[in-house]
Amino acid sequence: MSIDTTKKFNIDTVENAAKTPDTELPWAELGLKRNEFDEIVKVLGRRPTGAELAMYSVMWSEHCSYKSSKNHLRQFGQKVTEEMKKDMLVGIGENAGVTNLGDGWAVTFKIESHNSPSFVEPYQGAATGIGGIVRDIISMGARPVAVMDPLRFGAIDHPDTARVMHGAVAGIGGYGNSLGLPNIGGEMVFDSVYQGNPLVNALAVGVMRHEDIRLANASGKGNKVVLFGARTGGDGIGGASVLASESFDDTKPSKRPAVQVGDPFAEKVLIECCLELFKGSLVEGIQDLGAAGISCATSELASNGDGGMQVELTSVLLRDPTLTPGEILMSESQERMMAVVTPENVEAFEAVMDKWAVEYSWLGEVTDTGRLIITWEGEVIVDVDPRTVAHDGPVYDRPYARPEWQDRVQADTFTGSVQDAGRPSSPASLAAAVTELVASPNMCSKSWITNQYDRYVGGNTAMAFPDDAGVVRVDEETGLGVALATDANGRYTYLDPYHGAQLALAEAYRNVATSGAVPMAVSDCLNFGSPEDPDVMWQLAEAIRGLSDACMVLGIPVTGGNVSLYNQTGTTPIHPSPVVAVLGKLDDVARRTPSGWREDGQAIYLLGTTAAELDGSEWANMRGHLGGQPPKVDLDAERALGEILINASRDGMIDSAHDLSEGGLAAALVESSLRYGVGARIALQDVLDRDGVDLFTALFSESQGRAIVGVPRSEEVRFTDMCKARGFAHTRIGVVDAASGTLDINGVESLSLDALREAHEGTLPKYFG
Amino acid sequence: MTELPLIGEAVAVAANPRLAGAKIGVVTFPGTLDDRDAARAVRLAGGTAVELWHGDTELGDVDAVVIPGGFSYGDYLRAGAIARFAPLMSRIIDAANSDARLPVLGICNGFQILTESHLLPGSMIKNDHLKFLCRDQVLRVENNTTAWTLDYQAGQEITIPLKNQDGQYIADEKTLDALEAEGRVVFRYVGFNPNGSRRDIAGISNAAGNVVGLMPHPEHATEQGFGPESLDGIGGSDTDGLGFFTSVLTKIVGGDK
Repeated sequence: MSIDTTKKFNIDTVENAAKTPDTELPWAELGLKRNEFDEIVKVLGRRPTGAELAMYSVMWSEHCSYKSSKNHLRQFGQKVTEEMKKDMLVGIGENAGVTNLGDGWAVTFKIESHNSPSFVEPYQGAATGIGGIVRDIISMGARPVAVMDPLRFGAIDHPDTARVMHGAVAGIGGYGNSLGLPNIGGEMVFDSVYQGNPLVNALAVGVMRHEDIRLANASGKGNKVVLFGARTGGDGIGGASVLASESFDDTKPSKRPAVQVGDPFAEKVLIECCLELFKGSLVEGIQDLGAAGISCATSELASNGDGGMQVELTSVLLRDPTLTPGEILMSESQERMMAVVTPENVEAFEAVMDKWAVEYSWLGEVTDTGRLIITWEGEVIVDVDPRTVAHDGPVYDRPYARPEWQDRVQADTFTGSVQDAGRPSSPASLAAAVTELVASPNMCSKSWITNQYDRYVGGNTAMAFPDDAGVVRVDEETGLGVALATDANGRYTYLDPYHGAQLALAEAYRNVATSGAVPMAVSDCLNFGSPEDPDVMWQLAEAIRGLSDACMVLGIPVTGGNVSLYNQTGTTPIHPSPVVAVLGKLDDVARRTPSGWREDGQAIYLLGTTAAELDGSEWANMRGHLGGQPPKVDLDAERALGEILINASRDGMIDSAHDLSEGGLAAALVESSLRYGVGARIALQDVLDRDGVDLFTALFSESQGRAIVGVPRSEEVRFTDMCKARGFAHTRIGVVDAASGTLDINGVESLSLDALREAHEGTLPKYFG
Repeated sequence: MTELPLIGEAVAVAANPRLAGAKIGVVTFPGTLDDRDAARAVRLAGGTAVELWHGDTELGDVDAVVIPGGFSYGDYLRAGAIARFAPLMSRIIDAANSDARLPVLGICNGFQILTESHLLPGSMIKNDHLKFLCRDQVLRVENNTTAWTLDYQAGQEITIPLKNQDGQYIADEKTLDALEAEGRVVFRYVGFNPNGSRRDIAGISNAAGNVVGLMPHPEHATEQGFGPESLDGIGGSDTDGLGFFTSVLTKIVGGDK
């Protein structure tokens, strides 16, 4: 006999399970391995019921359990000094980490992936990615204040890229704009490695007073458990365990129906409703429902609490009355929250629900049995130790080894390669090269995307795209605020996962410091291929090791994040893409530094030194080359540069600052000029002499630890004295020229800003309308 | 829980006791987004902002009302179509049409609610390019005699943010001709029509000039450091929108600032 979990009338009770040990269960279809199913039987001392099997299968999936990465992720918690912990109010493990901002303020932020759903159904996938990460932020007791979206799609000219691009961008806008959250930045990378596995990551940040921090736990016997928000439907069933655990492959049946559908209006009301609950101190514990839905919320709340929980599943309000218990437990219907409320607060809780017209149902209560018991019309269908579901899932020590091809790839440097033939050197060819660079898919203006996002709502956005970091004010009285940047470079990480991951962190750190903010915390979204491939597993292990080592040197802890594996088509994985978000603090957002210059006659300085580092660069990418070693990482230099930029911002020594990263100095000069439409005259001879590089290399090398700054004449002495005192390389490379309307670089034909803007801004509209 | 930052009371302004006595109500519907921003703008202009809830059955003693932007009821059915049936909207409609001529400003979704309420003619449909668009928009103030535009010069060009998906203003030719003839086209898009609106119309008023609606967002151009000049930096200032709020406050207190 086999249990058909699709028929409502076939309720498989715990009692029945005990009596029928030999019943066959669809564990393989639910994504479990034989050893995992055996483990469940061992934990329970009997076969699981259909409902229990559903719960374990989603909670033990890669997506929810981190079973392949857990052993490596531990380093984020281990490589932390006391100094790094001092501002961490809540660390890894909760819905999102919380960092102390001072003055009684706290900030919480987290980045997550929604990759697979966004390939299957780009609009809903991307939209619900925003919805999910925002609910994580609310769960901490915070008001969400901004979002960001790092995106990585396939080749810009591939026909399917337009489908994903239009859908994902409209989804992010459609959902995020409706929540009243400004979208303050992100990334857009096109590379054919992401053709079948686009990366749609979403970051949200929220703020709260210290006393408002909430945690996901169910404590206090007799307290009531309530589910509120949208009704539970059939959407996303199996999404967590099935969609995220298997690669897209033509031979498997389509999994389209597994993508969940979002309702931003319901989420907006939920945000306001939750904030009102927090304000009245009406909830003891709260958890959002995301992947694995009620399975996750009940088991995590109970597991984090001090007792057990008893829940009657027929009390769940349904959108689709035909759902089976297993489906209800697995449903990923959006815009739902679960909370624990004391009996005294029930009435006040209901009044808030009624005010916002939010539906709710009381499911059960907290017990002291240590068991999570779920009943269906009174009959027990789940009776488990919640820890075994939520925390004690399988952990794998997956084999990994440095790929045999890695040496070959690293030996294939760009300089002297076939693709390097005809390297520009004449003034005309260098001018053409600069223009080609800033019009290229990865370096072009992203305004086609960001203009579909609301960056104003809330009235606290002090900086957004195209500046290096997004800046949001937190306290209107003092101007206290936060800066955020996300970065990753899949090509660097492919060439060297350890250093590539560090480069992602270094760039995000530099971007935050460039805005004038002091970097404080890190959240990461680790997008990789299949952990069952030892090559990929090595990339993941190396990236985590590199990232955790670098966090120690920079002195900023990882406070949360997410791992997205199985991003591969067939056996071809994406480039390892650890997307790193860094959060910084600005005592007064009025002191932030924008990325462009405005004042005529200001001096332009290049900070840092330039080496011949073209491997993995945008220039090499434009020429179709990928090989060699990524730019050298020097975290001490990054830290020194950061301190200069932060001090200069605080003391009013600079009016503009832009970090040098992809596209090197050429990209930075053009972007700083176009930011306010103000030109400059640049001469790089001193840099060429000091660093021993040619003009092409000076413009296109991607050496790290560099930035260009605009310094008012009156501040030049003070600024250069500071750089000298700190022993940091600095060179005056030019002046702002407000009247010219051109970017003039000695040895490069004059570039008109109008022509540069047309090239820079024309690319995305050309491909996407 | 402490009121969160975003509420806006903390912004310091030079207090003017006369203006501070003027109370401007800001309505919140489920799905309203820019209510805190509108309240902040009122305070930055020197007035007192009063929170109003869509379900309230009384308007209280407010001297003017702002219906802010957002997606009331998710824009489901049609933008503004559900919000217009809120109990408070009946009070606002009555007060706007009364002899007292309560000044009412509808911004974005607020404008859509005002057309759905028939306080203003015409309607908004999806942008002609079918996308949400956020940009800094130059407007010409065509009529500086309404309650909300007294502090501008006629013909003055201002830059304020625009952000919407359903911003294309439409009306039949007769209505458009009448609006033009009666000077009720209050704002027109300059340089670029961002959504296909008829005759570049960005905002209109009722015949008495106390009710004004527009798609762009003046409340997002009222504070130094947080407006178009700081965020995008292509022309304009950060505070071109402040005049909406100083205009109505000045009118309420009787002309003298």
